[in-house]
Amino acid sequence: MAFPEPKPRPPELPQKRLKTLDCGQGAVRAVRFNVDGNYCLTCGSDKTLKLWNPLRGTLLRTYSGHGYEVLDAAGSFDNSSLCSGGGDKAVVLWDVASGQVVRKFRGHAGKVNTVQFNEEATVILSGSIDSSIRCWDCRSRRPEPVQTLDEARDGVSCVKVSDHEVLAGYKGHKNQEYKLDCCLSERDTHVVSCSEDGKVFFWDLVEGALALALPVGRGVVQSLAYHPTEPCLLTAMGGSIHCWREEAYEADDGAG
Amino acid sequence: MDEEDLSEFGIAPKAIVTTDDFASKTKDRIREKARQLAAATAPIPGATLLDDLITPAKLSVGFELLRKMGWKEGQGVGPRVKRRPRRQKPDPGVKIYGCALPPGSLEGSEGEDDDYLPDNVTFAPKDVTPVDFTPKDNVHGLAYKGLDPHQALFGMSGEHFNLFSGGSEGAGHLGEMGLNKGRKLGISGQAFGVGALEEEDDDIYATETLSKYDTVLKDEEPGDGLYGWTAPRQYKNQKESEKDLRYIGKILDGFSLASKPLSSKKIYPPPELPRDYRPVHYFRPMVAATTENSHLLQVLSESTGKATPDPGTHSKHQLNASKRAELLGETPVQGSATSVLEFLSQKDKERIKEMKQASDLKAAQLKARSLAQNAQSSRAQPSPAAAAEHCSWHMALGGRMATLKASNFKPFAKDPEKQKRYEEFLVHVKQGQKDALERCLDPSMTEWERGRERDEFARAALLYRSSHSTLSSRFTHAKEEDDSDQVEVPRDQENDVGDKQSAVKMKMFGKLTRDTFEWHPDKLLCKRFNVPDPYPDSTLVGLPRVKRDKYSVFNFLTLPETASLPTTQASSEKVSQHRGPDKSRKPSRWDTSKHEKKEDSISEFLSLARSKAGPPKQESSPLVNKEEERAPESPTNKTVNKGVDTQVEGEGSRPSMDLFRAIFASSSDEKSSSSEDEQGDSEDDQAGSGEANFQSSQDTDMGETSSVVHALVPAPQEPPPSFSIQKMQIDEREEFGPRLPPVFCPNARQTLEVPQKEKHKKNKDKHKVKKEHRRKKEKKKKHRKHKHKGKQKSKKLEKSSSSESSDSSDSQSEETADVSPQELLRRLKCLPLRRQ
Repeated sequence: MAFPEPKPRPPELPQKRLKTLDCGQGAVRAVRFNVDGNYCLTCGSDKTLKLWNPLRGTLLRTYSGHGYEVLDAAGSFDNSSLCSGGGDKAVVLWDVASGQVVRKFRGHAGKVNTVQFNEEATVILSGSIDSSIRCWDCRSRRPEPVQTLDEARDGVSCVKVSDHEVLAGYKGHKNQEYKLDCCLSERDTHVVSCSEDGKVFFWDLVEGALALALPVGRGVVQSLAYHPTEPCLLTAMGGSIHCWREEAYEADDGAG
Repeated sequence: MDEEDLSEFGIAPKAIVTTDDFASKTKDRIREKARQLAAATAPIPGATLLDDLITPAKLSVGFELLRKMGWKEGQGVGPRVKRRPRRQKPDPGVKIYGCALPPGSLEGSEGEDDDYLPDNVTFAPKDVTPVDFTPKDNVHGLAYKGLDPHQALFGMSGEHFNLFSGGSEGAGHLGEMGLNKGRKLGISGQAFGVGALEEEDDDIYATETLSKYDTVLKDEEPGDGLYGWTAPRQYKNQKESEKDLRYIGKILDGFSLASKPLSSKKIYPPPELPRDYRPVHYFRPMVAATTENSHLLQVLSESTGKATPDPGTHSKHQLNASKRAELLGETPVQGSATSVLEFLSQKDKERIKEMKQASDLKAAQLKARSLAQNAQSSRAQPSPAAAAEHCSWHMALGGRMATLKASNFKPFAKDPEKQKRYEEFLVHVKQGQKDALERCLDPSMTEWERGRERDEFARAALLYRSSHSTLSSRFTHAKEEDDSDQVEVPRDQENDVGDKQSAVKMKMFGKLTRDTFEWHPDKLLCKRFNVPDPYPDSTLVGLPRVKRDKYSVFNFLTLPETASLPTTQASSEKVSQHRGPDKSRKPSRWDTSKHEKKEDSISEFLSLARSKAGPPKQESSPLVNKEEERAPESPTNKTVNKGVDTQVEGEGSRPSMDLFRAIFASSSDEKSSSSEDEQGDSEDDQAGSGEANFQSSQDTDMGETSSVVHALVPAPQEPPPSFSIQKMQIDEREEFGPRLPPVFCPNARQTLEVPQKEKHKKNKDKHKVKKEHRRKKEKKKKHRKHKHKGKQKSKKLEKSSSSESSDSSDSQSEETADVSPQELLRRLKCLPLRRQ
C-alpha cells in the first residue's frame, strides 16, 4: 500500500529584508552567490570586485586589477578562484586567498558582459558585447581562447554552463536602458526578475502569473542572485546590496 | 735559546719555510670552491666548515714535483702555448682626427692583453675547473640550491627571496658570512618613543613569512621574458642582447646581426573609394586586326575617334612569342598549341573557313547597303523606303541576335552613353521590335548624327556576331566563376524565419522556433569539459562552413544610400512577410503585439498551412497561377492598405544595375532581364518627365495584386540573400524611439510611376508563367523553376531597393538615416547567404 504523496510545501518567497550592505564601490553592477551560497561577490563600477559574507555583512576581500567597471563575476566549484569580466574587455582569473590576479585573458573586442566557469573550473566562458563567446583555458598558459563561438548576431548578455552544455542568450534591442538580470528560485518554482522601477518580480514558472512584487527601493534593481539551496535573495540597487530571506527566517547565529 | 726557539715556530727557526707573505694565496682555490659548492647543496649548509678546520695543510708529493718542474699555482698543466691575439685590430679605414690616443687607453681595459707580443714568447695553458664528481645523494631537483643562509639569516628583511636566481654568488657568501655576523646579532627591538598607543613597526625581527614569496605566477612580465621559468643561466643571459630575441635562427659565418633595425616602411592607407564606385572593370575590347574584322576595327576607330595603329607596323610590344619566332624564322614549337583553333580537326577548320567566307560576304553586302543608307540619312527626313529597309535587316539580325549569349563585347566602351544606347538597341532587336533604332537613339541628336549612329550600331551588331559566333557556339559559359569572389558562410542555414514568426504567433515555442546546427567543439574543450569528442575525425572547429558567393554582400556596399525610414507599420509588416528569410533577429514572443495589427487573411492562411506541413516543396506554377487569379477576387483585405502600399512601393530612382548583375552573374538571361528592367525604367522616366494624370485606380489594384502574388510564392528553402537589411533598419528604429507617423502625402509623381512599373512587371510575369505551362518536360522542369524563381527574386529585390531609395529620397526621413555603412557591412557579414 502506497502512501499518498505528501503535498509539497508552498514555496516561501524571501520578503524580509535581512541586511543592507553599502558596498562602497560605486554602483554595484552585479551581485553573485558563490557555489554554496555562503558568500557573495559584488562587481563594482570602481573597478573592484568584493567578496562578502552577506549574512554577517562582513567584507572578506577586495580584488582590484580591472581597468574598468566589473560587469560580472563567478566563483569556481572549490571556491579557490574567481573569474570576472568587465568593461576593459578583459577576463580576469583571481586567486581567492591571495587576492592576486592569476591570469588576464584579453581578446574580446568589447565589454565582457558575462563570465562563467565550467564545472571543473578549467575553462572560463565569457560572453561579450562583440557578439562572441570565448572559451579560455585556465590550465595552460595559452593567451588566446581555446575556441570562439561567434555565431551570435548580437551582444551576448548571458552565458550559463551546465554539465557540458553551454547556453547563451543574446537579445535584440529593446526599449530598456540597462542590462537586467533574472534567475530561477532555489527550487525552480519561480522566475525572479529585476525591474527598472525598483521592484523585484516573482513569476510563477509554469503559470506565468505574477506571484509577488517585492519593492526594494527607489532606484533600478540592477542585479540579483538567488541562493542555490535556500530561499535567500540578493538584490543590488545603486551602490548597495540587500539580502532577503523568507518571513519565518530567524538569524540562527547572531549576525555579526 | 731552547730547542723550542730553534724549531719551526720558534723565534729563530733553523729550517727555511715560506712565510705567509710569500705563500700562494690561490693554494687550494679549486678544491675550496668545490667544497663550498658541496656545502651549499648539502642538507646542512655550511657543515663542511668543520672539515676545513681539521684538514692538515700539507702539500702532496705530486704538487711539489710539479712545482719543481716549473709549474706555478693557478696555471694549467701541459705544453706551453702561444697566445693568439684576442681581438681584431680596429678597422684601418677608421680615421682618427685630432691627437691619437696612446695605444693602451684606446683598447680600454683589455689593452694590456693586446700588447705587442713577440713570436717566441709562450704561455702556460689556462687552468681548468675539475668536474665535480660528488654523487647526488639527496632528493632535491637538479641544480637545486638551498636558501642562502647568509641572506636568509642576516639578509635584508624586506626583500623577496628569489629562489631561482643564479648560484654563482652563493659561492662567496659562505666566506662573507663570518664578516657580517656581528652586524645584526645585537639586541634589536623597538626604538625609543614608541608608546603603547602607537602602532608597532611592521617588521622588527625580520621574520620571514611565506607570504613574502611568490606563490602565484603573475601575469605581468617579470622582465626576463621567462615568465617564472627557472631556466638555465645561459637562457637568462640571452635576454640581455636584444638582437638575439629579434632574430631566431642561425647566423651564417661572415654575417652579423644588424645593430640598427630596419627603418620600417611607412604604410599609407588606401584611398577611400567613392560612394558610387562599382568594383567591376570593363576592358576595352581587344580586336586582332585580321581580314574579317577590319570593318569592326574601322567602326571602332570611328566611334572612339582614335586612330587604330596600322596593322602593318607592329611595334615590338604588340608581337607575341609566336610572331617573333616567325620573324626570326624559327620553326614553331610543336605540341604547344597557342590557339584553340589548332585543336580543331582539319575538317572543322575547313568548315570554319567556309563560314568565315560566308560572313565576310554578308558583311560586304551589308556594307554596301549601309553606304546607301548613309546617303539616304543625310537627307533631312528618313524616307519610308529606308524604314522598310531597316525592317528587313532587323528581321535578319533579330533572328541571330536572339541566340546571342550575354556578351561583354563593348564596341563603344569609350562613350558610355553610346554603349548604353547600343545595348538597348540590341535588346530591342532581340525582341523583334521594328522601331528599335528610333527608340533607343537620343532624341536630342541631329538627324545626321542619328543616321550615323544607326549605321554604326547595325554594323557593330552584325560584325561582332559574325566573327565570334563560330567559336562561341562550341563553348558554354562557366556556371561558377572560380576566382576569389567567394566568402565562407556557415553551411547550415536557419530555417525560414517566416515560419518561426508564425509559430511565435501561435505561441508554439519549441521545435518550430529553434534551429539545430552541427557544431564541432575544439578538442581541448572536449577534454576540459570531460566529454568525448562528438566528431573525433573532424579537423574543423565551430560551424561547418562552405564557400559561397559574396556578391550580394558586396552589392549592398554600392547601394546609394541604404538608410531608410520605412514609412508605415504596414510597410514593415509587408517587408517582413515578403522577405521571408530575415536573419537579423530571432523572433521573440514580444513581437506578437506588433504584428497583430495587420492580419492578412491569405498570408495567415498560408503560414498556418506552412507550419503544419513543415517545410513546403517548391510550389509549382499552377498554384501560382491560381493564386494570382484568386487574389483579385478578394480585394477587401487589400483596400485597407492600398493607399499605404502604393506609397511604399513608390519608386523614386532606379536601382543600380549591379544588383541584378550580381545576382544573376552566371545565368544566361542576365543581360536580357536587367536591360529589360532598365528599359522599363527609362520608359518610366520619360513618361514621368512630362507627366499627365492618366493612370486609373485599377492599375494600382493590379500592381497590388502582383505584389501579393510575390508574397504568396514562398522560397523557403532557398531564401533570397539580402533582404534583412530592411528589417534591421526597422529594428534600429525600434531601439531609438517610437515610430514616426506614416507619411500620407506622397507627391503625385511617385504614385503615378509605380503602377506603371508594376503593370510592366506583371505582364512579364504572366508571360513567363504561360511559357512554363507550355513546356512541361520533366527534364527541363528543374531548370525552369530555378529560373522562374530567380525572376521573382529579382523583382523582390528590386522592390526592396526601390522602396529604400524612395524612402531615402524622402526628405523627412533623413534624420534617421544614421546607420553607418560599416555597421551595415558588419551585420551583413553575419548573415548567412544563399545563392541559387
